[in-house]
Amino acid sequence: MCEVMVVTSGKGGVGKTTTTANIGVGLAMRGKRVAVIDTDTGLRNLDLLLGLENRIMYDLVDVTSGRVAYKKALVRHKKFETLYLLPTSQVRDKSAVKPEQLVELVTEMRNEFDYILIDCPAGLEQGFQTAIAAADVALVVTTPEISSVRDADKIIGELGRADKETIKLIVNRIRPMMVEKGDMLNMDDINEILSLECIGQIPDDEAVVTATNRGEPVITIDSSMAGRAYRNIVARICGEAVPFMTFPREGFLARLRRLFGM
Amino acid sequence: MFKSLLKMLGIGDEQPSGVVAKDRLKMVIIHDRTSVSPEVMKRFRADLIKVLSNYFEIDEHDMNLSLESESNSCALIASIPLRGMRGRVAKT
Repeated sequence: MCEVMVVTSGKGGVGKTTTTANIGVGLAMRGKRVAVIDTDTGLRNLDLLLGLENRIMYDLVDVTSGRVAYKKALVRHKKFETLYLLPTSQVRDKSAVKPEQLVELVTEMRNEFDYILIDCPAGLEQGFQTAIAAADVALVVTTPEISSVRDADKIIGELGRADKETIKLIVNRIRPMMVEKGDMLNMDDINEILSLECIGQIPDDEAVVTATNRGEPVITIDSSMAGRAYRNIVARICGEAVPFMTFPREGFLARLRRLFGM
Repeated sequence: MFKSLLKMLGIGDEQPSGVVAKDRLKMVIIHDRTSVSPEVMKRFRADLIKVLSNYFEIDEHDMNLSLESESNSCALIASIPLRGMRGRVAKT
């Protein structure tokens, strides 16, 4: 049985592609056969995050236009050999792939994979409609910022209109210190507003930046908090009940020290 | 520094910005979901007052009109204090 998940958000820059790359790698680390499809045509980046940018021969538009078979366009990951990337075109725009075309392609791919992850472009335009068309499950990524939560709410409405019933939430770039001080929306606030099942709470972590720099998703870094949060998401996707992480609190002494600038 | 000490102890006068964020977000999302803008609400309120005034003496200042949402539904909640009935029926 293959599960097709679209990673979407509405707002740009909240970590859709990072999330797609990490979940893709995480599932492959468990031996699952995974395909990640970049549908952010014209602004492709999933290849970079996976460190596969130099190995692209064909792209999604070549496949949907019938120029090559999809298997020819797939790029196999060197380290995680059950992970394949279907990159998109960097020269065409988001209208180059129609929703029906993606549905047809994904239907064909279902037999070969356990999971297919679709990285959705930002916005509500045709690129979004195409990306969600073939998905069984939608993963909505947001950050604890009002603009991003508002856009997530809008996207959830659109997903509902498109009859996507299984929608799960991932909250990215949480800053535990700010939450503790009451200066950032906390998980209860976000749950109350969006009322979705939450499958991930990812702390803001510099390791995400350094990992991205190297083209090795942070999920592979054992010591990273964000990496651990992503591994928990993957476990939940695989049906395991994993409790949410608690973040180390800032102790009274540390707070006092910060107050006096020590 | 005294202020930040108070804030640290949680007895400052200012609301933490997270609470402000939540309140603003709840408001804007209700309007997004119902596609009713605050401007429309203002006009609706004025119209409502006009109609109600034909029948009741209402307390405009304490009148409370809001859209509220629970997970999947929205409701228009109105609390309209009356000063007293203005005759039984206005004019026929």
